[in-house]
Amino acid sequence: MFEYAPAPESRSVVRLQPAYGLFVGGEFVDPTDGGSFTSINPASEEVLAEVAAGGVGDVDRAVRAARTAYDRVWGPMPGRDRAKYLFRIARLIQERSRELAVLESLDNGKPIKESRDVDLPLVAAHFFYYAGWADKLDHAGFGPGPRPLGVAAQIIPWNFPLLMLAWKIAPALATGNTVVLKPAETTSLTALLFAEICQQADLPAGVVNIVTGAGETGRALVEHHDVDKVAFTGSTEVGKAIARAVAGTDTKLTLELGGKAANIVFDDAPVDQAVEGIVNGIFFNQGHVCCAGSRLLLQESVADQVLASLRRRMALLRVGDPLDKNTDIGAINSAAQLARIRELADAGTAEGTQRWSPPCELPERGFWFAPTIFTGVIQAHRIAREEIFGPVLSVLTFRTPAEAVEKANNTPYGLSAGVWTEKGSRMLWLADRLRAGVVWANTFNKFDPTSPFGGYQESGYGREGGRHGLEAYLNV
Amino acid sequence: MSERVAVRKTYKLYIGGKFPRSESGRSYLVQSGENSTANVALASRKDARDAVVAARAAGSGWAGATAYNRGQILYRAAEMLEGRREQFVALGIPGDEVDAATDRWVWYAGWSDKLPQVRGGVNPVAGPYLNLSTPEPTGVVAVVAPAAPALLGLVSVIAPAIVSGNTVVVAASPTDPLAAVTLAEVLATADLPAGVVNILTGRLQETVPSLAGHRDVNALDLTGVADAELATSLEVKAAENLKRVLRPVPANHDWYADPGLARMTALLETKTVWHPKGG
Repeated sequence: MFEYAPAPESRSVVRLQPAYGLFVGGEFVDPTDGGSFTSINPASEEVLAEVAAGGVGDVDRAVRAARTAYDRVWGPMPGRDRAKYLFRIARLIQERSRELAVLESLDNGKPIKESRDVDLPLVAAHFFYYAGWADKLDHAGFGPGPRPLGVAAQIIPWNFPLLMLAWKIAPALATGNTVVLKPAETTSLTALLFAEICQQADLPAGVVNIVTGAGETGRALVEHHDVDKVAFTGSTEVGKAIARAVAGTDTKLTLELGGKAANIVFDDAPVDQAVEGIVNGIFFNQGHVCCAGSRLLLQESVADQVLASLRRRMALLRVGDPLDKNTDIGAINSAAQLARIRELADAGTAEGTQRWSPPCELPERGFWFAPTIFTGVIQAHRIAREEIFGPVLSVLTFRTPAEAVEKANNTPYGLSAGVWTEKGSRMLWLADRLRAGVVWANTFNKFDPTSPFGGYQESGYGREGGRHGLEAYLNV
Repeated sequence: MSERVAVRKTYKLYIGGKFPRSESGRSYLVQSGENSTANVALASRKDARDAVVAARAAGSGWAGATAYNRGQILYRAAEMLEGRREQFVALGIPGDEVDAATDRWVWYAGWSDKLPQVRGGVNPVAGPYLNLSTPEPTGVVAVVAPAAPALLGLVSVIAPAIVSGNTVVVAASPTDPLAAVTLAEVLATADLPAGVVNILTGRLQETVPSLAGHRDVNALDLTGVADAELATSLEVKAAENLKRVLRPVPANHDWYADPGLARMTALLETKTVWHPKGG
């Protein structure tokens, strides 16, 4: 591998405060019955800031602020005016995208070239897309005069902090709801910078409230009696607990949960393109992707050839400083996540599979895991069944298209799938049979605000993105 | 001349296209018409599980049938129901209700090949890709039919589920099950493949919890559950494998009104397929 000189992105564009409060009713406030916790940079373990942990009383205050804003300002406001606020926010995100991207990489550990070139452009595009819907809801196919639900409680994960915030807040606001959003505890900082953007946009107070904290804060939010809508992205386990918590209420629920996607490569696929897709599918964002292509299904006749090419390609992946513009794979988001990845990878070894990683020097401080593949995997192995949420790929083989479908669908999840073949009829045949909400054919991990995203079965319900994404926030 | 002795009907379950008695051998007494009673099968948990197996087995064939074909079959159900109008009237169903139920089959029949156009399409993504969203059936749906109106309510929960390719296990109104069993006879003669609709009669408390907790059921329609506590406990059970849940509707719901799309769309998944464009 070529030695590249370091090419670090400057972090001077980010001005961090030593401590952050909760964003409630348009202002940053200290928690009343919560506490605080430390947010660190997972690449160096350096402390970034103290962040407030919202208590039950803080959540209540935020929900009341959202209710007031809904009743008095945002609910009655004409759609064309809501649209203008959302367009403003989209523009401010574009204008401050470098600052947001650097902070995202600092707080999350993802490579700057990803936060800069993927996350931030999608975040701005998402607000831009839904801004345009705000005054066109009569024409969205839900009948005349669809109504907002009221106050939306939104809980997002740490893998795409700002993008998940955009997926939640943009459609909720466009449809006339107000929100209380809880970011993940390890990645709160860009959400708090987004709160500043709301202030800068003169968004009416209480329309967006951000309550930072861990699981307990999220639970208080979900169980609050005055929320009309819960939207959650995260683990299937927590998703099920939320579904139980809202049972018997009128609360509308959408869930975007885990996955164990099959990425299926046929013998006629162009190998180089497929290998790029496999690498993108599992190593993009350190594999912290719910729709990651974590089960590679190779047609037996080309398995050796594809694996040889994949190993060659993996040896060229640069793991290290997230702020270096050459970095392909950044830091694992937290010590806890690193422990989970290690535990499952060790289980893979213990179950008798073959583990391989390219020679790869990992930084001493911070949380790191080398890109890893397991071969000789069968469907019963834990690493073929459980979501690892890290840069770990399980490789299985198949002989016939029917066997590929059978193996791909042999999972309680159903979020995404990939297919690599030059034969159009086979691609369409397979796409019909895969039980997955998104099927990437001859590509992988593509996202767009106009494209509905969400899973079958235990990957959750409801769709985010596109016209479909409006439905989650309307009384239809 | 002596009056002819009527041939009475045995009311059984409808599972996998057949009319079995409950495997438990039990039945219960209900009023049939003005002056007679009928013994109706009292379905067990095992019957409920058998019905899920039948519904699952029918799933891929029904979902894989063309939308045109599904529409034809739903329309055929309307034809069969129209022809048996007097039979339902004899059970005490008002003629207007039978007519409305027949019309409802016709309405939903027409949706089979329109829903994918109304609910799907090409998304204009910012890049050189074809991006296509299509609605698909969610799978096996367990349905608690409303207690009343016995026929119109039943048709109004079955038709929107199966028109898109789902298969159903229906718990019929416990107090008024004869319309459901008679509707099964309509469906059995409408070219509907075996197992697409399965009908259980008996106590909701007995069959529905096992359907709500069943790992091979994809959605739970609680429309007919009047007991709020039971509804909550069923929704909690449904969370175990994240079934899609339709919550109960109020007893004063107007079943004669335009049903809208909501019952169909609640039982759909949206699949989005991406493919690059290139020369």
